[in-house]
Amino acid sequence: MPEVTKEVLDLSAYKGVWVFLEQVGGEAAPVSWELLGVGRKLAQDLGVELGGALLGYGVEHLAQEAFAHGADIVYLMDDPILKNYRTDPYARGMINLIRKHRPEIVLMGATTLGRDLSGVVATELETGLTADCTMLEIDPEKKLLKQTRPAFGGNIMATILTKDRRPQMATVRPRVMPMPARISGRTGRLVKEELGVQEEDVLTKVLELVKEPGKAVYLDKAEIIVSGGRGLGEKANFALIEELAQALGGTVGASRAAVEAGWISADHQVGQTGTTVRPKIYFAIGISGAIQHLVGMQTSDVIVAINKDPDAAIFKVATYGIVGDLMKIVPALTREFKKRLGTTGA
Amino acid sequence: MHAVVFVKQVPDSTEVRIDPRTNTLMREGVPSIINPYDAHAVEEAVRLKERFGGKVTVISMGPPQAREVLKRSISFGADVGVLVTDRAFGGSDTLATSYILSQALRKVAEQEPVDIVLAGKQAIDGDTAQVGPGIATRMGWPQLTYVMNIISVDPDKREIVVERKLEGGKEIVKARLPVLLTVEKGINELRYATFPNLLRAARYEVTMWGKDQLAVDPGKIGLKGSPTTVGRIFPPPPREGGEKLPGGDDNPDQVAALLADLLIKRNLIADR
Repeated sequence: MPEVTKEVLDLSAYKGVWVFLEQVGGEAAPVSWELLGVGRKLAQDLGVELGGALLGYGVEHLAQEAFAHGADIVYLMDDPILKNYRTDPYARGMINLIRKHRPEIVLMGATTLGRDLSGVVATELETGLTADCTMLEIDPEKKLLKQTRPAFGGNIMATILTKDRRPQMATVRPRVMPMPARISGRTGRLVKEELGVQEEDVLTKVLELVKEPGKAVYLDKAEIIVSGGRGLGEKANFALIEELAQALGGTVGASRAAVEAGWISADHQVGQTGTTVRPKIYFAIGISGAIQHLVGMQTSDVIVAINKDPDAAIFKVATYGIVGDLMKIVPALTREFKKRLGTTGA
Repeated sequence: MHAVVFVKQVPDSTEVRIDPRTNTLMREGVPSIINPYDAHAVEEAVRLKERFGGKVTVISMGPPQAREVLKRSISFGADVGVLVTDRAFGGSDTLATSYILSQALRKVAEQEPVDIVLAGKQAIDGDTAQVGPGIATRMGWPQLTYVMNIISVDPDKREIVVERKLEGGKEIVKARLPVLLTVEKGINELRYATFPNLLRAARYEVTMWGKDQLAVDPGKIGLKGSPTTVGRIFPPPPREGGEKLPGGDDNPDQVAALLADLLIKRNLIADR
């Protein structure tokens, strides 16, 4: 039978903003620093300290980096059991840290690791968790965290509140928040904690880690992205996108419609269910601009949209819009960029 | 081997549009489908049954019409379909949903022990990826998310080895049974339903469980059991729209040259 008793939370006992500092093999995920950037602002608005939770093995050097990116305190759990990420020991470590130090807000990256971990931690603590936030602010009166995310397949924005449970937990995708400036020499307090988990108690073992640098599509690191959508009409026309990307030295992206039509593999997908990108130039070709797509690319420096429908939503976010038949315009662009940039496209 | 699969009925969200005048969702006439990732979870469970024998139970939560996704799962080859449905469950967020579904899983496991639980890596309407981990946590079972391939299952040693997708790579992980897996689409290819299964699905009566059939704490379900609340819904903030470049269809070369000039002037690409 489920337990019926429930403690009434003393909300004022929870203080401080925390960021889970994600790292793999001692190398920090950039989203950790991005979260410290937005966390700094939240901590300032609340008048509290910004903490970082750092779990791993041989990762103490990252504490200094966390201070340089805005953390006031780093809570460190350094233990051989934490060498490779596994849900169970990481979750137990985070839960113990949160129960002991009681932060009011905990932010994590919406990476595969962060999504795997955050759901467990929030469930165990029986608190609210809002995934894939694109905006985080403090309500000036109620001092609550306003967690804004795309909802209903990304067609509308919703602001979510966790009113009477703590901590208020949210995940944010990489590259959604800007990278804060690194202030070298900035210092903070390091608090070391014991993990307190025995290897025998962990029900999973990592047998092998395989890096596939050549295979993965690094959309999130690309400086130029050329994306195609439903307007291409058929799979064969995706070659136009590939040719333009090649002429520009860019990476090929796609809308969900193009991926679901089977024209290109899912690792090229930009948008809420795909990758969030922030390139210098983003080409949206034959993409109407459903919000699901827009939330994944609207922070690009320059957006070029090509669409035959002059009223397409994509033109509302485009820096430069070209209305017309992509079958004529895209080859012309490829020719022009080959000529101007001296690329052969071979 | 007893596999339990969690599936969700979702609107085919690629079809959802916003009314530009009222900024509200136009959901009328939008077809409901089985969450695409969950379809692959059902397929994987059926393949396990084909290899090891046993049974596939599929559970969904939603309004009565969500029984359609269970019938669809039966057509894929599942044996039992259970719909968890009650007005009292309405408004449940991911925490309350994982609680209700874990109570349904306990009830299923009481009747026949469960070896493997499967679900899609996320649902395409909410994209939260939270309910799977929530269920595993409440059961105290290990979870393996983003599974691309089940390498081996040893029912006697109670062990499973899978390949998980990571950022820029993958890992091979071993876990103890019972276990919960969330799966990627690439884990298998969906097959066409066989005629006998289609016939069975058409005639299948889905089992319905409400709050009275499940041992649920009323304080942990629905709006009351949900720590998150929706404060405000609004259309996304518009980004500053820019300029439309002249030319287009009539003179594609002209517009191409103009765009190249603009990008070079902004130092975004380098002229030869």
